[in-house]
Amino acid sequence: MEIRRQPLQTEPQKFNLKPDELRVRQLRARQMLRGELEDSELGSYVESRLGLTTLAKAQNWARANAPWPLTFGLACCAIEMISVVGSPRTDAARFGAEVFRASPRQADMIILSGRVSMKMAPVIRRIYDQMLEPKWVISMGACASSAGMFNNYALVAGADRFIPVDVYVPGCPPRPEALLHGINRLQEKIKGQPDLGWRERYGAHGTEEVWGRTDTESLDHRPG
Amino acid sequence: MIDATGLELIARSVRSSLGEGTVRETIHAHGQATLDVAPQAVRDVLAHLRDDADEPFDFLASLHGCDYFPREPRLAVHYQLLSTERRERLGVRTRMTVEDAEAGAVPTITDLWAGADYQEKETFDFFGVRFTGHDDLRRLHMPEDYEGHPQRRDFPIGGEPVLFTFNEHKVPRWYE
Repeated sequence: MEIRRQPLQTEPQKFNLKPDELRVRQLRARQMLRGELEDSELGSYVESRLGLTTLAKAQNWARANAPWPLTFGLACCAIEMISVVGSPRTDAARFGAEVFRASPRQADMIILSGRVSMKMAPVIRRIYDQMLEPKWVISMGACASSAGMFNNYALVAGADRFIPVDVYVPGCPPRPEALLHGINRLQEKIKGQPDLGWRERYGAHGTEEVWGRTDTESLDHRPG
Repeated sequence: MIDATGLELIARSVRSSLGEGTVRETIHAHGQATLDVAPQAVRDVLAHLRDDADEPFDFLASLHGCDYFPREPRLAVHYQLLSTERRERLGVRTRMTVEDAEAGAVPTITDLWAGADYQEKETFDFFGVRFTGHDDLRRLHMPEDYEGHPQRRDFPIGGEPVLFTFNEHKVPRWYE
């Protein structure tokens, strides 16, 4: 069940109650609960005042709002990564991702910020293996995603050759806003929203090519 | 700055003290003076230039390899000397074939300048020049189990095959 949010009580008179008036209201509500509300009414009354969810969703919600990154910079992208945390313009603390942990045991995600050299790849893999589950990887920039402008013996052409990558952030280097957007996409992924395919992003439902089918209208179409 | 005449004087002093065969050639180009010496004589020439020459060079600014492929002999090791007193620079170059380089034709100069240690490691790593007498010659930049010397010009470039307009029809099914 979804988390039900009560509308915020913004009427000023409700906050300006005197203590004895508040007490009167509490007693009246208690009497209502005792006798005057019937089964279904009582149920809806209680339900409207409770937030119900599954444990898994609450767990994912908590995880998504505190993805602590590892203190780990590879190259020039790391400067942009630092500015995501360090500058008030893009403050990663708004999304709970500002606590860079210096130990992989305490980190939830690793941001591959820069080119990955042949010699660094086993080190990154070891650090990734040292991180505790659940863990996520953001590949930041063109180099970590595909070796970028480099095409030679020294660099690994894409960090996803040795490590599972969750989010790719394009750019050379990406702006801090782009990395923050990548963190937000990762949060959506952690929360279990699968809206990460390009069809969802571009509103391209109905373009699937299915063999033998012509009624593409009947395919799952969600606008926007 | 050493002019062409000064370079010839340096070459003559080296030849007179170490033998005619040590300096093969003098090159003065782009305002830079270079001695081309035989690989076996590199250490003696550098020791002479550092200690015994009338105008000594006390500082080794750089040591690096080079590949002149397809010219032969292919490989070269360049030593850039600097006199901190007179502010003069002198290049010493030695060229050798790949076989000679791997057989250890060039002696080490780590006993003259300890700073040459890492640079000789780097030259061995990238060009495969085995400096004889170096007590810890191993790879510096590439992984320990790497095969080949990647800065040689006949080394495959690695990575992904690059598509240009002139070779796109040669890479099969490039459009996928």
